[in-house]
Parts: sequence; C-alpha cells; structure tokens
Amino acid sequence: MEAIFFIILSIIIIFSSMMVILKKNPIASVLFLILALFSTAAMYVMLMAPFIAAIQIIVYAGAIMVLFLFVIMLLNLKKINEGGAVTLKILGVIVAGLMMVVTAVVLRSVAIPADSGFLRSSPEGFGTVENVGMTLFTTYLLPFEIASFLLLAAIIGAVVLAKKKL
Amino acid sequence: MNITYNLPAIGTQLVLGAGVILVLLADLLTGKKNRDVAYQTTLTVLVLAGIICVMKWGSAGAGFGGQVFGDGFASFFNLAFLAIAFLVVFNSPNYLKRNEIDHGEYYMLILIAVLGMTFMSSAGDLLIFFLGLETMSISLYVLAGFHKSRARSNESSLKYLLLGAFFTGFLLYGIALIYGQVGSTNLADITSYLAGSANPLGGYMGVGLALLLVGLLFKMAVVPFHFWSPDVYDGAPTPVTAFMSAAPKAAAFAAALRIFYDPAISLGLPWDKTLWIAAALTITLGNFAALAQSSIKRMLAYSSITHAGYLMIGLAAGNELGASGMLYYLFTYGFMNVGAFTIAWLVNRRGEGNYLLSDFAQLGSRNPVMALLMSIFMLSLTGIPPLAGFFGKLYVFSAGVKAGLIWLVVIAVLNSVVSVFYYLRVMVIMYMREEEGLKDLEKAPTVAITAILCGLVILLLGLFPGPLLDLARESVLSLL
Amino acid sequence: MIISLNHYLVLSAFLFCIGVAGVLTRKNAIIIFASIELMLNAVNLSFIAFARHWGDAGGQIFVFFSLVVAAAEVAVGLAIIVVLFRHKETINIDDVNLMRW
Repeated sequence: MEAIFFIILSIIIIFSSMMVILKKNPIASVLFLILALFSTAAMYVMLMAPFIAAIQIIVYAGAIMVLFLFVIMLLNLKKINEGGAVTLKILGVIVAGLMMVVTAVVLRSVAIPADSGFLRSSPEGFGTVENVGMTLFTTYLLPFEIASFLLLAAIIGAVVLAKKKL
Repeated sequence: MNITYNLPAIGTQLVLGAGVILVLLADLLTGKKNRDVAYQTTLTVLVLAGIICVMKWGSAGAGFGGQVFGDGFASFFNLAFLAIAFLVVFNSPNYLKRNEIDHGEYYMLILIAVLGMTFMSSAGDLLIFFLGLETMSISLYVLAGFHKSRARSNESSLKYLLLGAFFTGFLLYGIALIYGQVGSTNLADITSYLAGSANPLGGYMGVGLALLLVGLLFKMAVVPFHFWSPDVYDGAPTPVTAFMSAAPKAAAFAAALRIFYDPAISLGLPWDKTLWIAAALTITLGNFAALAQSSIKRMLAYSSITHAGYLMIGLAAGNELGASGMLYYLFTYGFMNVGAFTIAWLVNRRGEGNYLLSDFAQLGSRNPVMALLMSIFMLSLTGIPPLAGFFGKLYVFSAGVKAGLIWLVVIAVLNSVVSVFYYLRVMVIMYMREEEGLKDLEKAPTVAITAILCGLVILLLGLFPGPLLDLARESVLSLL
Repeated sequence: MIISLNHYLVLSAFLFCIGVAGVLTRKNAIIIFASIELMLNAVNLSFIAFARHWGDAGGQIFVFFSLVVAAAEVAVGLAIIVVLFRHKETINIDDVNLMRW
C-alpha cells in the first residue's frame, strides 16, 4: 500500500517540479510549484509528520505561493524572452546531472540495505501537533526566539524595500 | 523535561535583542524628521552589549542544553562584531543624510545582523548556527539594497539574495545529511561521532560536511564561490560595505572553527587537499584581480577575497597556532577594512558608484591626517611590520609551516609581495599625483574619529601584539 | 516492495538537482526563486525522512525552521524583485548588468 502511494506521489512531484523549471509562463510555474509542495506534504504524512505537513500546506502552499502569484500579477509579468546563451543552459543541465550522479553513487554506497525499512520504530504520538509543540517550546525554545528576530528583520526589510516613500 | 536555560550564556544576545525592540520603538515614537534618537540608542545598546560581553568573558558556560556556549571563543568574536558594528554605525548618519536614506530601520537591521552573528559564533547546535546565519544574511540582503533609488544598490542586493539563497540550499542539504548520519544536529554529538568512527567521512557524512563547507565558503567569499562579492560590495552603500567585508566574514570563519576545528580529529587526505587548493586559488585570484581595478571599492573587495585566502591557511593548518592566529587576524582585519572604507567614502567626490582611486590625488597635502591614516591601513593590509596586519599574517603563515603546508605558505608570501603594488599605489596617488580641480574634504567629525580610532587600534595591536594573541589562544582553548 | 529511507533520499536528491538545474538555466528572477524553493523543499523531504529513520523529533523541528527561513527569504526577495522592476521594467536577470566582474 505504502509503495503504491509512494510511487504515485513521486511521479506527481517529479513531473510538477520539472514543469516548474520548464514552463515559460511564471504563473504556470508557480502553480506547478504549489502542486509539488502539496504532494510533498502528502509524503510527510506517510513519514509520520502530520504537523509539518499541515504547516507545509498552510505556510508554503498557502502564504508563500500566494505572495509569489500576487507579485507576478501586481507587476503584470508576461513571458520574458529568455533566449541567449544556449551553452549556459547546456552547462546548467550538465552540472545538475553530474550532481545527480554523484549523489546517487554516494547514497548507493551507504551501508543501509535497500529493503530494511527504517532504523527505529517511531515512538507513540511521533510528529503530532502535541509532541512537536512540546519539543519546540522546551528543547528548542532558543531557536524559536531567534526565528522571531529573523522574521522581524524580514518584515521590516520587505517594508523598507517595497514602500515607495518611508 | 528539565533543561537548564542558563541565560547568562546568551547575555550579549539578550541585550542586543532587547536593543532591537528599543530602537524600533524609539524610532517610531520620535517621528520621521529626527533619526538621532535611533542612532544614539543603537550606539548605547552596542556599548552595553560590549560591557556585558566583557563582564561575562568566557565564564558563562553552556546554555539551553548545550545549544549555545558563552565561552571565551564566543566572547572574543562577539566583542569583534560589536566593535565593528559600533564603528560603522558611529559614522553612518553622515553618509545616510548625504544620500537621503536616513531611516531608523538601518540601525535596527544592523543590530539584527549583529545578533545573528553572535549566535553563529556561540552556536553549539547546527540549528542555532543556521538560524544565526540566516538572520544575519536576511538583514544584509536588505542593507545592501537599502539605497533603493539607486539601480546599483538594488542590483547588489538582488545578486546577493539569489546567490545567497541558492547556497543556503546547499548548506541546508549538508546539514540534513550530517543529521542523517549522526541522528542529531548537536555539535558535541557530531564531534563524538567523528572521533568514534573508524571511517569518519563514510556514509552521508562526507557529502554532508562538504556541502556544509560549500555554504560556509560562499559566505567567506573563497574561490570558487567568490564571484558575488565584488559586485555586492561595489553596489551596496559604503558603510554597509565596510560592515559586510569585515563582520560576516569573521562570523563565517568563527562558525567554521566551531564546526571543523578539532586537532584530535583528522578527516584525512581529500579534505586537506580541498582546503589547500581553495586557499591557494583564493589568494592568487583575489590578488591579480585587485591589481586591475581602478575603483577603490572594488580593489578593497578583491583584497578582502585575498585575505579570506590567507585566513584559509589557518583553517587548513588546523592547529592551535593557526586558529588563534585567525582570531587575531580577523579582529585586526575588521579595523583596517572599516577604516579604509570610511576614508574612501569621505574622499569620494563623484557620487556613489564612482569610487575612483584617483580621488585620492593630493590627499597628502589636502588633508595630511587622513592621508597618514589611509597609509597606515594600506601598509597594515600589505602586512608591513610593526602594524597589526603583519602579525596576523605572521601567525597564520607560521601555523601553515608548522602543519607542513610549506608550498601553500610560499604561494601566500609571493602573493603578499605582489599585493604591495596595489596597496602602495594608493599611497603613491595620495602623495605624488597632481590633479586639477580638487575640492577640500567636507568636515565630518564622526568619520575622522572613526578613522583615528581604527588607526590607533592597528598601531597599538601591532606594537603590542602579545596580549591580544594570548587572549586569542585562550579563546581557542575554550573551544575544546 | 518496502519503501525504505533510501527511496526517499533518492527522490529528494533528484528534486534537489531539478531545482539546481532551474536556477542555472532560467533567466526569469521569479522562476529562479521558485527553483530555490524546490531545492529547499527537497532538503526538507530528506530531513523528514531522516527524522522518521531515527525516530527523533529534531529533524521535524529543523524543517519547521527551514520553512520559517524560506518564508523570510521569499518576503525579502520578492520586495527586491519589485524594486528591480521599478528600475528596469523587467525581471530578466540578464538585464541586471551594471556591474561586471
């Protein structure tokens, strides 16, 4: 059962990711990106991370992608002429392909047998809102506070840059 | 679940964090016309944080269950970040007013950037390091584009952001693979894994460490990940450039030392070779590109690439002398660079975007004090004794020799000789060249004070390098 | 067929490389940005798979923060792109060429 879901989701994710980088129209690109992120969220549920899956949909697919679409439509961006250096494009694909090969070789060489499932069975309630929340506000309290400053910098930075008159 | 938070371990960060909020409120309440309150509050916050940092020097221990360290190493770097930020902020209003970008947010973003750096230097967990790095980077992306009516400033921030986010992807992938191998992102766990493993680079670890290093090398602007830095430095507002060339680089090296420095663990041959080649390329390429520049800002940008290469020797040597030499080097390098950039924008008379070396013509007779200070900075960057720059190089190079990197040190020394040419060219222009139609420099007391302070620090640390080096050595020992 | 850790990792590596290819080949600043989001998404998948592998919540927490960082980067990045558009009336990065090394 898991295998079927995995294969279907993988195909959707890979296809929509390819479309993100192949589509000429930025709106189509971003819509495919939303599809890719949604199906990744489904995969998170399979990996016992329902909370992160929910966050992924709400924050990533919801907020961030709306921001993307908003900017595209606000600026009324059409397709742009991306002609020019073909050699650069070929180079880009070659670099990415090489990376793919290297990673595949490395992953193959790792001593985890291909069909042993996972190392440990997850503890009860693993990945639920309650559990992740508890960990977040006890062990990972400090990173949480740093993240608040990071977001403060981003909010103020975005306003400073995008507002015409301060 | 009980964890001891041990708040004194992040005393400096607490002051900075409170300061960010304070500056935000102060600027909001005092209205648009008057930025002085935000300026003064920022300086006060930086001084206060410095006092806390010195008071708690190295005695605070670990906090938040080993996620942060308030050890001597963190204190040393935090003090350096605070000092650089103080000098940059101190002479900023002049520049900001001249370019009509005098907004209170500038000060706040600098404080947040410093906050991020302090977390990088004191991180005991890759999560803290990552968040510190991103906090710093996001503030810097905005600061680089702060002069938004200028296309160059915008271009600088766009390049910085796109490349920075791209390399963040690699860095994060590296952390993910390390986490996958060790099962934890805590540095102590990772170190004990590496020490206990027969094949430390096996599994996901080798690729993970390499990708993490790529992310860090990008922030340090080391060849082949240097290509962003001249453009970003050139386009950014000059005080921001001064800040960017000194502080984030120090933060990246601090994080690299925290993560990779442990003489007990040898990662083996491919690792050493990579650092060796990166260092040699960085030094040579930065040097020869700097030779060709006619803009002082770009020249200093390439020179900062070269200096990152010299610092890489300390990292490649991986011994105690190398690490403490790097600390000494980074501390003094900050003052040289801030001083040089400060004088560069004071002297500049063609407006932003045209920082020509020829602006320095006759500075020797127009303003002898500034010319003298600029000479000190240039000589110190070259590495002429008895200035601080000389001892930084000396320690790092001798660490290289001690670690058997003879050829690398030979390359570095030869390059230092080449660098004499472009550093001294500035002095030649200042004292020898005649040029028509030069105006007197504008009176800018804060700029003069900044430059004099930087000059004094370099002179004093050069004449008496002992105490700072001892401090650096103690700080490195506190790492283990 | 049992789906194991390595399946997820290979998928993640593949997605990451698609993202890298997008960044290297496209000229549209917004699509480059979307490709960077693909890279981060791929890394997050690795993290979640490793978290499941170790039965450790730390990996999931890391993803939470990586989402925060992605959101912050997008906010600032799109603001910068808006400013770029005001200057140049285009978001083709080939036109961003006032300075060349």
